[in-house]
Amino acid sequence: MSSTEERTLSDYRRREQSITLSPLETQDDRSGEHDELLTLNFGPHHPATHGVLRLLVTLQAEIVRDIKPIIGYVHTGIEKTAEDKAYWKVIPIVERMDYLSYYFNAMAYCGAVETLAEVEVPKRAQYLRVIHLELNRIASHLIWLGTSALDLGAVSIFLYCLRERELILDLFEMSSGARMHTRYFQVGGVIEDIPAGFESKLRKFLEIMPARADEYGAILNSNEIVLQRLRGTCPLDADTLLGLGVSGPLLRAAGNPWDLRKADPYCSYDEFEFKIPIGTVGDNYDRFAVRLAEIYESVHIIEQALDGLPEGPHITEDRKIALPPRHELATSMEALIHHFKLVTEGMRVPPGEVYFPIESPRGELGCYVRSDGSSKPARVHMRDPSFVNLQALAPMVRGSYIADMIATTAMLDPILGGIDR
Amino acid sequence: MPDATGLELLAAELGDAALETVYFRDRATVVIDPAKIRAVLAALRAKGYTFLASVHGVDYYPEGPRLGVMYELLDMHKVDRITVKLRVPTDAPSVESVTNATTEDPGWPTANHQEREVYDMFGVVFEGHPDLRRILMPEDYEGHPQRRDFPIGGEPVIFTRDEAGLLESRIEEGTGA
Repeated sequence: MSSTEERTLSDYRRREQSITLSPLETQDDRSGEHDELLTLNFGPHHPATHGVLRLLVTLQAEIVRDIKPIIGYVHTGIEKTAEDKAYWKVIPIVERMDYLSYYFNAMAYCGAVETLAEVEVPKRAQYLRVIHLELNRIASHLIWLGTSALDLGAVSIFLYCLRERELILDLFEMSSGARMHTRYFQVGGVIEDIPAGFESKLRKFLEIMPARADEYGAILNSNEIVLQRLRGTCPLDADTLLGLGVSGPLLRAAGNPWDLRKADPYCSYDEFEFKIPIGTVGDNYDRFAVRLAEIYESVHIIEQALDGLPEGPHITEDRKIALPPRHELATSMEALIHHFKLVTEGMRVPPGEVYFPIESPRGELGCYVRSDGSSKPARVHMRDPSFVNLQALAPMVRGSYIADMIATTAMLDPILGGIDR
Repeated sequence: MPDATGLELLAAELGDAALETVYFRDRATVVIDPAKIRAVLAALRAKGYTFLASVHGVDYYPEGPRLGVMYELLDMHKVDRITVKLRVPTDAPSVESVTNATTEDPGWPTANHQEREVYDMFGVVFEGHPDLRRILMPEDYEGHPQRRDFPIGGEPVIFTRDEAGLLESRIEEGTGA
């Protein structure tokens, strides 16, 4: 064996050995034929982990005694990259963190920068944001529903869910030109007003969606296998969840009606009427039911936003923040200067630090931005709900069957792009 | 958010643990003595801030003390937020961990992964953390990449065609393992 081979091998072994499995506790100390603990590696490449999540599972026969999540496989240093970019160039990279809820990432970041720079967002832009945020929430829940059903053995639901998601992506393509990572939200508003034909297409979708959600509910709620795998499995009470920092549908499934859209409204959410679906016992079925019910509420919010869409500008008129309209460049010297300054250097933001939390499909998504007065942020941090919620997986599944662990991971809805950033 | 007066009153109640208050853009921040973090969080929990929303780090390079750790607390009943901030120097970046329960305090289990991330990215050592290892970067990674003096692109990209050469040079430098 050459020295290089030896080195690579020992490096690998060293990394493996640094993962300690020592403090594993067995609550059940009965001595019997199944008391031997088996440590099983699960993932990172496994279809039921919803990404590159690796779990070290300690099993006693088929009972999960403990799990240790190992993450970082898709860490791409987005927060570090953001420190080297002008404020407006950070938006497309933060969108790639939680890749199913890109509008929310952009909203949290833009909200933080707008608070720092004290920019007023026009009413029309806020309503357009709400429309896109809620469409994105439905799209995210559809992917969650499809992949979760896939884990439970219901393959056809996945295809149906992608069918409806396609309609949403078509709408995104219409308003912004891109289907994913749209870069539609800008600091101060949105990049463009919605095009002609968007409204009618959206209304058609709003008509279809509740009926389709009814169908999903009907299919899954009458499927005995799905029900048996969800009902009463892996519950966790609200107090434990709060201690673990869990928010979003997981917390609401346990009966705590905490929703930032209601509790601490941002982006004009206080002007819409909607309900917060909550569960009772916090088992996997409640987690499923809460998210399914949220689809209807999102449809309801979009309807109201579309009906009450105010007239006016779609982005702030502050030329130090937003680009001037294209037609002004031909006639106004000042517009040309502003355009040049914004494109080459970017906007300058007063020094300070702000934490801006919003309600993403998975819970509290907080964006912390620190500005040192230059044209690049000195620190961008995302408090990603998937990252925090993942800590609740071990307490949820301890003492349950390994099959329930699969269902619970699905109901947790972790997005590894958001966890690893 | 507590308003500016409320923040002053709250800081007065924390006594000499509170070093400074910042009220900026309707957001309240109290800067505290790093040695008293557990006591301050416990006192604020008694005030109703029972939910620790986020723990994250920041590097104030070139100002000293360079490293900062922020604790975003939330009171769900009054819908009120407060940020607790502490600063530690890079030569002794040590803060007491708030993850574990103690006899007088139930602890904040949510801080577990988040303190690990701050340790990973900034090198702040959380004393008493149950499992302080790197979380996002590889286990054998050297340095703390979110520090402001850590270069972007300072990482050689290993392709299979030059893997052997890179490992060889690392062994010669004595940095391989």
